[in-house]
Amino acid sequence: MPAAPRRTDPRGFVIKAIEGLRAAILPAAAFAFTRDGDSALLVGAIVGAVSLALSGVLSYLAWTRLTYTVGESDIRVESGLFSRNARSVPYERIQDVSVTQGPLARIFGLVALTFETGAGAGEDLSLSYLSAEEGARLRDAVQDRRDGGAVPAADGEAEAARLLFAMTPRRVFTLGLFNFSLVVFGAAGAFLAQYDEILPFDVWDIEGWNRRLAGPGAFLSGLGVVSQAIGVIVLLLFLALFGFATGIVRTALREWNFRLERTDKGFRRRRGLLTRTDVVLPVRRVQAVMRSTGFVRARFGWHSLSLVSLAADAGASNHEVAPLARAAELVPLVEESGFPPPAPDAVWHPISRIFALIEALARTRFWLLLALVVLGVQAVVQPSDTSGSPWLALVPVAIGLWKALRVGIAMLYTGYTLEAEHIHLRSGWLTPHLITGAREKLQSVEISSSPPGRRFGYRSLRLGVAGTGLTIPGLPTRAAHALRAELLASMRRRDFSRLN
Amino acid sequence: MDETAPPDLTPLDPRYKRVLRIGGAIHAAVFLIAATVAEIALDGWTGLFWIPALIIGALLVFGLPGRRYRSRGYRLGADELRVVKGVWFHSDITVPLGRVQHIDIGQGPIERANGLATLVLHTAGTQNASVSLEGLAHEDAAAMRDAVREVMRSLMR
Repeated sequence: MPAAPRRTDPRGFVIKAIEGLRAAILPAAAFAFTRDGDSALLVGAIVGAVSLALSGVLSYLAWTRLTYTVGESDIRVESGLFSRNARSVPYERIQDVSVTQGPLARIFGLVALTFETGAGAGEDLSLSYLSAEEGARLRDAVQDRRDGGAVPAADGEAEAARLLFAMTPRRVFTLGLFNFSLVVFGAAGAFLAQYDEILPFDVWDIEGWNRRLAGPGAFLSGLGVVSQAIGVIVLLLFLALFGFATGIVRTALREWNFRLERTDKGFRRRRGLLTRTDVVLPVRRVQAVMRSTGFVRARFGWHSLSLVSLAADAGASNHEVAPLARAAELVPLVEESGFPPPAPDAVWHPISRIFALIEALARTRFWLLLALVVLGVQAVVQPSDTSGSPWLALVPVAIGLWKALRVGIAMLYTGYTLEAEHIHLRSGWLTPHLITGAREKLQSVEISSSPPGRRFGYRSLRLGVAGTGLTIPGLPTRAAHALRAELLASMRRRDFSRLN
Repeated sequence: MDETAPPDLTPLDPRYKRVLRIGGAIHAAVFLIAATVAEIALDGWTGLFWIPALIIGALLVFGLPGRRYRSRGYRLGADELRVVKGVWFHSDITVPLGRVQHIDIGQGPIERANGLATLVLHTAGTQNASVSLEGLAHEDAAAMRDAVREVMRSLMR
């Protein structure tokens, strides 16, 4: 391909202008609402129009100054209005190409392309916006060049795509129920704190609320105990309804029509209702596989599976490839990833019992302190108050003991098993968690110790894995040193550039 | 409960002890100033704050630097770098040179005044993604960087 600089799609700057405007809407609205009198709306409109014009001009200029070049060995992007910036990314360093389509871009049929390099956040190369065809063509071209293959443009992915996992609307709904969240109320509170001046009354005026309740709300206090109890129940039901609705909406926006396919280039995941994302993750870039679950969903037999990759996926290095699945549904996925589950007869090496005990006891310290505070308050501040029984102090003690029990038992379940190619680390009792890492793909090995560790003979082993960390806490000292020696021997076999 | 570095490690440059001592002295000065303020604020010079601060300061300047220096060391093997450090919280990290992505040499103002430098090896990923080795003579750090580069090049071939 001749290396001629190209521009992004001209319609892209319209989208950017509108996106830029979004930041100006709130100030303009605030202007319109805070000013009294007839001129308020006019001023607001003028502020909005000036913002739109400015945003449009800036977006247009930025568009004229941005070019990209698909070269023989790298992709180059030159950009910048006042300070120019030229970035070059060699094909071998591109880990992942992701295509994103926001709601606005979808109307115009445009996509944003991000070339992920495994560098820190914000250091990636991205092009927004390209036409959907140009985006797909560029992605295929980059991936083919990187993999050193010829350029089969037309018949590339359609033939080999094989569906590995998909989520039905019903499954998305179920996941939404587990994602119960009351974050809306937090967000509403934050919004009130930020923009309280644009509301027509003072939110924080307690007197005012009292007055309002004293008028039309007076009948509330006149109701009996039963009615008030019913009121509390209704309130709780309302909260629950809101929590579930939030969970379902957020989950549906994210996971709608989730499809994971195995193409000849790797795993391809598409999901999302309004913003549809399309990520391709090459199989050999997978560093580790994580299987986890939640406290409630574990009771219903659900699991989730993530692949840890060198590349970042919208800021996170965990690529969720099955958000909610039965164990049997994960089997083909895990096999395809090249990270098989531990053998059924695997020998699990436990961590130090003393470490488990110390960790469990450490969890109780906050709750024991709280119990002491409760007793102290009752003894000193209100010795005659009959409402506070000293038995109240048992509540934090019970919570502390439950936490200690959970942590202690979870620690007894924690352990690792070493196979020829992989290391598995399992943990958790009520929420079992399994990480499988490739021994050759580990980056570093660290043995660390604290004073109690040296006293009781245990060490922590921290393994550097690109995209995540893998820590085996509280290993008996001799086991830690033996494991390090074995892992270092297997890591030496191949160089990084041959692995990824 | 001092965990001294294993004997097969290379000790750091002796000037690094002085750098650690200067760092300790800065911390000690902060402690003493805070204690002096507290003594003046709560009138009557009781020494309730000053004497503990003096003891901690003396430890920071005279006791700890030696122990910290002795606890540290490194070994550059044929294909890996091992860095050991820490008196209370001890850490022993090994990086195969085949995993190094790029190398930095850093020099803070106190290090520069003493002719020292810090070698930082970067690997891919997030946890332990950079391993820093403080307290090398600047020319040693540069020589180590070149050696690591040479190993990386030969491994990639």
